[in-house]
This record gives sequence, C-alpha cells and structure tokens, in this order.
Amino acid sequence: MNIELDTKEMRAVYAEGLIQLAKNDERIVLCEADLMGANGTKPFKKEFPERTFDVGIAEANMIGVAAGLAACGKIPFANSFTPFATRRCLDQVTISCAYANLAVKIGGTDPGICAQLNGGTHMSVEDAALMRAIPNMTVFEPTDAEQMRQALPWVAYNGKPTYIRIHRSAANTVFGPDYRFRPEKADVLRDGTDVVLFCSGIMVIRALQAAELLAADGISAAVVNVHTIKPLDGETVLEFAAKTRAVVTAENHSVVGALGGAVAELLSEKLPTVMRRVGIQDRFGEVGKLPYLEKVMHMTPADVAAAAKEAVAAKA
Amino acid sequence: MDISEKEYLSGKATDIRALSLRMFKEIGKGHVGGAMSISDLLAVLYFKRLNIRPEEPRWADRDRLVLSKGHAGPALYAALALRGYFPVEECLTLNQPGTNLPSHCDMNRTVGVDMTAGSLAQGFSASVGMALACRLDGRPNKVYAIIGDGESQEGQIWEAAMFAGSRRLSNLIAFTDNNGMQIDGTTDEINSVEPLADKWRAFNWNVVTCCGHDVEDLDRAIEEACAETERPTMILMKTVKGKGANFCEGQVSSHSTTVSQEQLDGALAALGRN
Repeated sequence: MNIELDTKEMRAVYAEGLIQLAKNDERIVLCEADLMGANGTKPFKKEFPERTFDVGIAEANMIGVAAGLAACGKIPFANSFTPFATRRCLDQVTISCAYANLAVKIGGTDPGICAQLNGGTHMSVEDAALMRAIPNMTVFEPTDAEQMRQALPWVAYNGKPTYIRIHRSAANTVFGPDYRFRPEKADVLRDGTDVVLFCSGIMVIRALQAAELLAADGISAAVVNVHTIKPLDGETVLEFAAKTRAVVTAENHSVVGALGGAVAELLSEKLPTVMRRVGIQDRFGEVGKLPYLEKVMHMTPADVAAAAKEAVAAKA
Repeated sequence: MDISEKEYLSGKATDIRALSLRMFKEIGKGHVGGAMSISDLLAVLYFKRLNIRPEEPRWADRDRLVLSKGHAGPALYAALALRGYFPVEECLTLNQPGTNLPSHCDMNRTVGVDMTAGSLAQGFSASVGMALACRLDGRPNKVYAIIGDGESQEGQIWEAAMFAGSRRLSNLIAFTDNNGMQIDGTTDEINSVEPLADKWRAFNWNVVTCCGHDVEDLDRAIEEACAETERPTMILMKTVKGKGANFCEGQVSSHSTTVSQEQLDGALAALGRN
C-alpha cells in the first residue's frame, strides 16, 4: 500500500486550527507551560498575544488558570507534553476541570513512543488511561491532519473538558479530503469478516498495513479507527466484534486502561469475544527513534498481524 | 467606618458564625475552626465590599470570590444565604444526602459559589485565571481569593503567586487566613510558612496586614488593596482558629470537630444569638 506523510506537521495543523477558531471567537484562549516551541503554538501567540497565557514551567498552575479562564466564559486550550499535561497535574485536571465541569481543552503532545529521544521520563504510556478514568472527561486522539482539522471545532464547542492526544510530527495520511469527521463515532477504514483491528493514533497506518499482510495470508481484517476512546463508540465496536468474533486493539499507549482496556471492558460485559491487545506491554519507555521503539515495544504492522492471527486461531 | 456600620458588619459576622454552628450541629460535625476564622471577612465582603447581585448570581461583571480553602464552605453558605442567594433554612441541609451544600465548595451545586475548591491551592490558581479573563474582557470587577496559611504549604500556591505577580494582576485581591494552625498541629510545628509578608513581597505582591476579626480593620485593608493599580494584593489576616465557637476556639482540634446540642447552645449564648 501507498504510505504518504501529511504535508504539515500535526502541531502545525493544531495551531492553525486554533488560530482559525480564535479569529471567529474571542473566547478561544491559549495556555502553555514553556513548551510553545515544542507544541508548535507560537503562531497563535503571534496572532493573539493578549489571549496567550504562558505560565512558565508550572503545569499545575496552568491547568488551574485554564479552569479559572473557563469559569469566566473562555474556551482555553492548555498544552504540554503528554506526561506533563496529565499525570503531572492529574488532581488539577480532575478537580478544577472535570469535577467542576469546566470545558478546559488539554492538549498532550508526543504521546507514547512519539517522545522518541526524550526517552522514558517523557514517554507517557498511561496518559489516556488516566484521563479516561476521570468522570466528565472526553479523550480524543486525532490520526492525521485531515481528521484533526475537522475535529477541532467539535473539541472547542463540545462543552466538555477534553483531552487531545497529539502526535507532533507529520502523520501518515489516512483520510482524504472527502472524509467527514463524525464526533464520537469511529471510522471504518476497511471492512472485513475474520478479525477487526480497532486502532488509534500512529497505530492506524500500522493496522492498515497489517490488514494487507493478513489479506495476503487469506485473512479478512476490518480496520476501525477509534479516535475517541471516551465516550467509546460502543455501537461500532459491538457491531464489528459480532461480525468478526475476533478483536485486536492497537494503540500507542500501555495496553492497560485506554483503547484496549475500554474495548475489553465493553466486550466482557456485552459480548465476550476473543481479543488481543497490541501496544506498550505494561512497561516504561526508553530513548530511541520510532523504528527502534516500535520494534522493541512490539508495535509493528507484523506485530499487529501476528496478534490478529492469534485471535483468529483462538476463535472457537 | 462609623459606629453603626461597624456594629452592622460585626452583627453580620456573628450571624454567619451562629448559622454555621447550627449547620454543623445539624449534621453533627464539620470544619468548624476554619469557618469561624473567616466569618468576619465574609461579613465585610458580602455585606459591604462585593459588587454582586444575589438575584442574578451569574452576572458577568460581578466581583468573584474563590474560597480556595474550600473546607470552610459552610461559612460561605451561611453568608450567601444571609445575603439572599438561597433560603436560610436550606443551610441546615449541609452534608445531608442530596444536598446542594457539600463540605467543600461546588460551583455546580451551590448558587453563588464562583469556583469549585477543596483540593488545596487549586482555587487560588483558578482565581488567577479569572482575574486574567476579567482583565482581558476589560471588566471593572475584582477577583477575591481566600487561602489558608496551612494551604500555603502547597507548591501550587507559589506557582500561582509567581504568575499573578509577574502579570501584575491588580484586579486580584487575596486573603490569607493566618490562624497558625493546621490539622496535625500549629503551622510552626509542622512546616513554618513564615515570614509570609516577605514571601509575598518577594513574589511581587502588594502586602497588607490586618486583624481578621476586626471588621473596620478588614475594610481598611480591602480599601488599600482596591487602591493598588500595579500589583495583586495579599491581605494577611491574623486570625484565631475557631473564633467564636467557645468550645473549640484556639484549639488545633477545631479544624474538624463534632458539635453537640449542648456545645451549640453554649456557643450561641456566648455569641448572643440564643
């Protein structure tokens, strides 16, 4: 299959989207904690300096300030690297945003192995699980530039505290211009009958590649991009689990508590199904570039295909 | 301040204390100490200083109050009820099943509460965000925040203080309820926060000190804070934990304590509200 990179980095698409929103709505404001360069949001500051609040290296305060801004009617987007936007300030996110039900938008950049050379300290394996466990929180992980571009207005105006998990670099292009983002609805990228691959973020392209590998071996794999793991599109998950009776999840995150956890929870209660979870296997990260990390974490297309074969073989 | 205004505000402070104690007695226990120590401040704020409309609690240009030491919520509820935000009788539902008046402040449950707080220091950061939003919108209002001296052991207080000072948020006026006590002992025994005035000055705040149990002195301090145009102001209020609850006044144990009918009766008699 053809694998192409988006022409723009995800962080650039994010910043452009925020600027566009801010041009039409003065309530849109930006909060940062000394990572504007890394998060790609400097163009927003250039355009709207008075609406940019860089609090310095103080993530807990950034989240609290964002909550205060939201309490006065603003729509704040507060950004940091994924570990510092979540676990570093988890109580602030939980109480000041979610419990208070203030619609703060929290952007976490470089999730999971995307942290690459920043290594284990910066490589969040648990951020989406933490955020998913918080009541009132929406958890969204855009796959590519087109999906991000179309989803940002929904993120801004869904009225809920929302976590956006953002790969900073250029993503593999998955969606074309005819794509239509549907909030909280998973995207079926490929139909199939033997196994379904539920995937998110950088694992979507790997799942599509895995489906090709499986097809060559005579296995028909469906591929479904679950961009929003909370609220989970249970209808689509159940539909494809029922149809294929073999489920694989693939995510750039620990297999504990995020996409794999959410799907497993749903299926175990509604439709017990053979299942395998591809992702970071309950371990911390390490330094390395993506090709090394995806191998050492068992997150390559071949790993996804192998998990699918296991699931298919385990079907009764 | 003339004598009649002083008597009026002091009377309101006593009303807040008496009502808070009735609320605590109804459920049997509560955070008595920290509620009593801010009652005089709440009287000055809600019955003189705050520009608010109880009939329009979400009025955009209102002054805002964030009770960051959210465990003192019951005193705030008493002040709100006495100011007309909701019926005084509702106060007696404190912490009862399904109540709109939980131990710690909840903006989604209680009319007139501007920010949810209870996990310490978080409300203070939110007050900084509110002050930024109000300034951005060009509103003429003030944002008031109340923190505790024990709460000032939280690092987030100083993150927020540094940023507010850096951004010269003169529309932010904060109070420290400096009662010298926390759950495990005196603040000096546990982790001394002094010298507080030097700390706040070092964080580029205007610092005013006052007696937290003298409505005239509190009003003078707020007047000074309102005149400041360059910096946020921290008003360090010297207070006594449990002030006016004669069964626990000045005791570390007043932080969270049971309240019996007998204790209530004795305290109300001492307050002249029996």
